[in-house]
Amino acid sequence: MTPDHAWALQAEGLSVSLGGQPVLRDLTLRIAAGRWTSVVGPNGAGKSTLLRALAGMGHDQGRVLLQGRELRQWGGRARARTLAWLGQNQTAANDMSVYDVAMLGRLPHQPWLGAPTAQDHAAVEQALRQTQSWDWRGRSLGQLSGGERQRVLLARALAVQAQVLLMDEPLANLDPPHQTDWLHCVQELVAQGTTVVSVLHEISMALQAQDLVVLAQGRVLHQGACADAGTRQALEQVFDERIQVREIDGQWVALPRLSPRSA
Amino acid sequence: MNGTGLRPAWLALGLLLLSLLLLVLGAGVGSTGWESVWKILAQDPADPLAWQIVRDIRLPRTTGAWLAGALLGLAGAVAQGVFRNPLADPYLLGSASGASLGVALAMAALGVSPFALQGLLRLGITGAAFVGAAAAVLLTLVLAKGAHNTMRLLLAGVVVGVVLGAASSMVLLLTPEIMQAMQSFMLGSTAFVGWSACLLMAAVLVVVLLASWSLSRVLDGLALGEATAQSLGLPLAPLRMLLIVLLALATGTAVAQCGLIAFVGLAAPHLVRSLVRAMHRWLLLLSAGMGAVLLLSADLLARWLIAPQELPVGVLTAVLGGSYLLWLMHRRNVQEIS
Repeated sequence: MTPDHAWALQAEGLSVSLGGQPVLRDLTLRIAAGRWTSVVGPNGAGKSTLLRALAGMGHDQGRVLLQGRELRQWGGRARARTLAWLGQNQTAANDMSVYDVAMLGRLPHQPWLGAPTAQDHAAVEQALRQTQSWDWRGRSLGQLSGGERQRVLLARALAVQAQVLLMDEPLANLDPPHQTDWLHCVQELVAQGTTVVSVLHEISMALQAQDLVVLAQGRVLHQGACADAGTRQALEQVFDERIQVREIDGQWVALPRLSPRSA
Repeated sequence: MNGTGLRPAWLALGLLLLSLLLLVLGAGVGSTGWESVWKILAQDPADPLAWQIVRDIRLPRTTGAWLAGALLGLAGAVAQGVFRNPLADPYLLGSASGASLGVALAMAALGVSPFALQGLLRLGITGAAFVGAAAAVLLTLVLAKGAHNTMRLLLAGVVVGVVLGAASSMVLLLTPEIMQAMQSFMLGSTAFVGWSACLLMAAVLVVVLLASWSLSRVLDGLALGEATAQSLGLPLAPLRMLLIVLLALATGTAVAQCGLIAFVGLAAPHLVRSLVRAMHRWLLLLSAGMGAVLLLSADLLARWLIAPQELPVGVLTAVLGGSYLLWLMHRRNVQEIS
C-alpha cells in the first residue's frame, strides 16, 4: 500500500454542482507527489472545477486531502504556502507594477503588517527571471500584452514557492517559444520535487507530463502515465476518436484525425 | 490608467502642502474677506466679531470640508478595492439614500430645517443621517446575504438605493415644508460644520484610515481576483465585511455632517491612480488626501465664486467631477482608437 505522504493531493468522492447542474460526480483521484500531472478532457468535463476543488475553493460532497491531511484542517496561510494556484482568465489591476504583482505571491510568507524580507525579494526575482519578466518589472500590467501578463501571473504563482502548484490553462495567450519556456520551467520545478497539476487544452503539451488524468462528464475516465498505451487510447476515446496520438521524434503529439478511423 | 512614475511620497507631500495652502485660504474666504484675518493679526481687541468669524465659522468649516473630503476619498478607494470596480463610489451600498431618508424622517418629525438650528436638534438630524446610512448598508448586507458575493452585494445596494430614494420622495411629498431644507442636504454644504463635528470626523478618519491601511493587503490580493486572493490564504469573507463596515462608517460620518457630496469619492482614487502607480497602502492614504484637497477646493470656490452669496458645494463637485469623468472617458476612447 502506498503511504499517504506519497500523494500530494487526494480527492475522495468529490461532487460539485454549479447552478444546480452536477459538474463533478463522486470523483476519486490521487495525485502523486513530485510529479507533473495533466488533466485533460473535452469542454465541460469539469477540469477547472476539479482544479478549484483541489485548491480548496469549494465542493459539495467528499473531501480533499493535501499531503495526507484534509484541506479544512489546514490553516489558511499554511495551506497557501504549501499549495499555489494559477487560475484562468485572471483579472489583474492594470495599475499594479509587474514586481508588485509577483510580490503578492509572497503574502502567505509575510507577517500581516510586515515588510517583504530579503528572502521575499529573492523569490520574486527568481520567479520573474524564470518567466522572462524581470526586464519589465517596473512596468504596469496595463502596459503589457496578453501573453506578457500571463507570464507575470505565472511568476506570481511561482513566487509562492509552494510544494504543490495547480495551474489552469497556464499557456493561454503564450506564443510557442514561451510555451516551450513554460515546459522547461515545469520540468525544472518537478526535478526540484514540486508537484505540478495543470489543466491544458493543448493535448500535445499535456502529453509532456508524466501522468495524465482523462476527465469526462465529471468523472475520471482514466488515470495513468502518459507513456502507457492505455492512457493514449483513453485520450483518443474521450475526444470521440477525432484526434490521434502519434509519436514524432520521440514525443507524443495529438493530431486531428482528418479521415474516419478504419474499423 | 497608469501612473506617471511620480513617487507616492512626493504626491503625499504635494497634497499636504496644497492642503495647508487651502486651509490658510479658507480662513480668508467669506463675506468679509481677508479683513477679518488682518484684524486678528493686528490684534484689534475692538473687533470680537472678526475672531468669531474666523475661529467659529471659517476655520471649522474649512477643516470640516478637508475632513469630509478625506473620509469620502478614503471610502471611495475602499469601495473600488472591495468591489474591484473603478466606477464604485462610497454611496454604492445605499448609504446616501439611507442618510437622505433618515434626515427627511427626522425633519418631518421635528418640522425644522437641519441647518437653521444648533445643539440637540442639529445633533438629532446629523444622527438621523448617520443612522439612516448605517441602516441602509445593513439592509443591503442582509439582502445580499452577507458580503461574500460581490455581484449580489452590488445589486442589493442598487435596490436599496432606489427603494429608500423613493421613500424619501414620499416623505417630501407628504411634508412639502421640509423641501427647501432637504435640498440643502441633498446638494451638500459645509456651512454649518462646527468644531465638534470636526472632532468627530477626525476621530473617525483616524480609525478608518488605520484599520483600512492594515487591511490594504486584502485589497491588493483582491485586485487579482477573489479566487487568487483566497488561494493566497486571505480569509476573504470576514475581512471584506470589515472593509464594508469601515466604508459605511466613513461615508455615514461625512454625509451626516455635510450632506450628499457627489463625485469626490469616485474621482479621488482615479486622480491618484492617474498620477502614481501604487499599492493600496499608499492608494488609501493618497485618496484620502486627494479627496480632502478636492472637497476643500470646491468648497472655497463655492464660497468665492458669487461672494457674498454661496453656491452649494455638492453642485460644484458634481459639475467638476462629472466633467472629469467625461474627460476620462474621452481619453480612454482616444487611447483605444489609437
